[in-house]
Amino acid sequence: MLEFDPVILSRIQFAFTITFHVIFPSFTIGLAAWLTTLEGLSLATGRPVYRRLFDFWLKIFVVAFVMGVVSGIVMAFQFGTNWSELAARTGPIQGPLLAYESFTAFLLEATFFGVLLFGRSRVPRWFYFLSCFMVAFGTSLSTFWILANNSWMQVPVGYALEGQQFVPTSWSAILTNDVLWVRFPHMLLAAYLTTAFCVAAVGAWYALRRVHAEDSRVMLRMGLGLAALLIPFQLVIGHLNGEYVEKHQPSKFTAIEGRWETEQPARLLLLAWPDEAAERNSFEIGVPVLGSFFDSLTFDSREPGIRTVPAEERPPFLIPFYGFRAMVGMGLVMLFISWVGSVLVRRRRMDAGKLPPKWFLWATALSFPSGFIAVVAGWFTAEVGRQPWVVFGALRTADAVTPSLGTATALTSLLIYIGLYSIIFPAGTYYIHRTIKRGPGNETEADESTEVKIHRRALPFGQ
Amino acid sequence: METIWQFDLVHFWAAALAFSILMYVLLDGFDLGVGMLFGISGDAGMRDRMLSTIAPVWDGNETWLVVIGTVLFGAFPVVYAIFLSAFYLPVALLLGALILRGVSMEFRGRSTQRRWLWNLGFSGGSFAAAFVQGAAVGALVKGIDIDNGQYVGGPWDWLSPFAVVCGLGLVAGYALLGAAWLVAKTQDHLREWSYRWLLRLLVTSAIFIAISFAWTLLAGLDITARWSGQPMLVLVPAGLFLIGIAGTVWSWRVRADRLAYPMTALIFLAAFTAFLLSFWPWILPGDLRFDQAAAPPASLEFMFYGAGIIVLPIVVLYTVGVYWIFRGKSRPLSE
Repeated sequence: MLEFDPVILSRIQFAFTITFHVIFPSFTIGLAAWLTTLEGLSLATGRPVYRRLFDFWLKIFVVAFVMGVVSGIVMAFQFGTNWSELAARTGPIQGPLLAYESFTAFLLEATFFGVLLFGRSRVPRWFYFLSCFMVAFGTSLSTFWILANNSWMQVPVGYALEGQQFVPTSWSAILTNDVLWVRFPHMLLAAYLTTAFCVAAVGAWYALRRVHAEDSRVMLRMGLGLAALLIPFQLVIGHLNGEYVEKHQPSKFTAIEGRWETEQPARLLLLAWPDEAAERNSFEIGVPVLGSFFDSLTFDSREPGIRTVPAEERPPFLIPFYGFRAMVGMGLVMLFISWVGSVLVRRRRMDAGKLPPKWFLWATALSFPSGFIAVVAGWFTAEVGRQPWVVFGALRTADAVTPSLGTATALTSLLIYIGLYSIIFPAGTYYIHRTIKRGPGNETEADESTEVKIHRRALPFGQ
Repeated sequence: METIWQFDLVHFWAAALAFSILMYVLLDGFDLGVGMLFGISGDAGMRDRMLSTIAPVWDGNETWLVVIGTVLFGAFPVVYAIFLSAFYLPVALLLGALILRGVSMEFRGRSTQRRWLWNLGFSGGSFAAAFVQGAAVGALVKGIDIDNGQYVGGPWDWLSPFAVVCGLGLVAGYALLGAAWLVAKTQDHLREWSYRWLLRLLVTSAIFIAISFAWTLLAGLDITARWSGQPMLVLVPAGLFLIGIAGTVWSWRVRADRLAYPMTALIFLAAFTAFLLSFWPWILPGDLRFDQAAAPPASLEFMFYGAGIIVLPIVVLYTVGVYWIFRGKSRPLSE
């Protein structure tokens, strides 16, 4: 039975609010770049389809962006409300990094967001394009600072302890930390992939319903094409992320691998259920030698087991183990769909009126959550795998909680957030779903090209 | 030499913090105020037009709250830790209220059947956010229990009768800013309606300010000790305050649409100055001074050379720029 104390409640609250939050940035980082691309294409080619798609995705962007902003404000304060010991001790390092985020990124994107929404008729076209770019640029900068902060918590560098306080000794070490520079691109690519699959999925859905033919073609081609291009890079960078974990965080690494004993050559466990008291798995399915191959790219390397980590420094088993597998699994799904898809939706093929086969369209349409699942699973692996530390190797989570925080108080705030999010999340999802169902071009009938009007009239069941 | 430099950086970041708070109060203040006035007006057409005056800017306005939080975290981490532990519940309520109102504002336009619910979320969230902020300021004036750099009070200490008065006072004050904003941005019937509320809210706000001022004196709260013997602490804010009141009344009388907001802002500036002068150089009177609470020089310098002297001025520039793009009477939302 789980004992509820302020520490576990604060952890649940942080996990809950940040999971809710990260869903939106991982969508909007990519969406902002997608909107900038569409606006750029529209400027360059003048084709109405780009403008129509822009207006359509802007409506979705608005909902996701607003939910991301308001849920992000919570994050800026939770370090103090629930983790005041952490805040007081690591504030000299984490504080400036987060301050840079709000100064360079949060303000930038929030301010230009207003222009994006309401400024089209008030500013020149180049300035409108610039505003799109500023929002996209802001979201990327935001990603950088958040990853800088989190990477320092994963692998703290460039600091000295003065009393209990972590004092920065080298900002360049903190900002050029190679852990940061593999994690930042990992998250950025994850966000782009998430959006690419949402775009492709909407395109596939329209293709299945035989509506919005031109829009659907553009979305399928651009979404799948971008994903096909990015996914190999993501796999390589993902591997580099594994290397930093192996090098710096053996406790997380062994939990992800799931092997209790050190093995040579090591197996790759696909499924496992741990018996933590006996320090073994009560059930496991593994493939010989593959563990060595993935960890070290050799067939005979020696790979450490969980037992090499002292029991009081081990993270929980299940979340890092299965979180990692969920993330990699989604990566493989994306790889398959985007590569197969890029062949099936080639320009020549599509322009000749050949739609991809139905099974593929269904697979693509159903793949819309793949990026979200990968992002959330990856973050759960990283964050739960870091336990029992909040700053890895330097400050334990249990010592970081606010001393004056009582169980009832912590529970109250948690219930406030759960209550609120369980209203707005379904509502937001519903409104996004409805916007997608209505499709592009619905509220700007007058601007529509004749081509589309004719096309739509020709549809057997309209929309 | 180094201590003097740090001392200067502490001043810089204290000033930047004060500036961010002022920006937040003056900017998000008016859109929270519009949110509350939105709740009072029953007319659907009027509501849409009220919303269109804040729709392009509310998001940027609210972001100043994050700036306050992170500057506090980076430059005064101990204070960040103490304040947020002491105000645990009010902060959760504030954030919940801000989430609710932000999302409601966005969703109400997309909903027909449940629009009344989002309307309620928008105005109720705006009210709750304003109240909680005012109450927290009241609790701060009253003083919070700290020992050895940590908050040692209970979760409900912040909610005293004095804090409730301050909370209601800020509700009236933000609504006043909101009315002044509407006066500048709207026309015809709604503008006249806003003028009526401008005057009512001015009187209400003045009464609340007087009550809380008298209460502070009568209860002999710690900060009043600093007032005696330093007449400037009272005279400067009082002067600004009177100019602000007179200016607001005058703009009401002659219907000077664009004067009302700056004048109500002056009233806020007066209250804020009084607050700052009463506290400085203490961040928690008697317990913690700004320079004691400051982060180490390496942190302050890192923030200063990028965020402080480069990014902050740019932020101010583009904020002004965006307000300029949306200058004048507002147009309907749909464009």
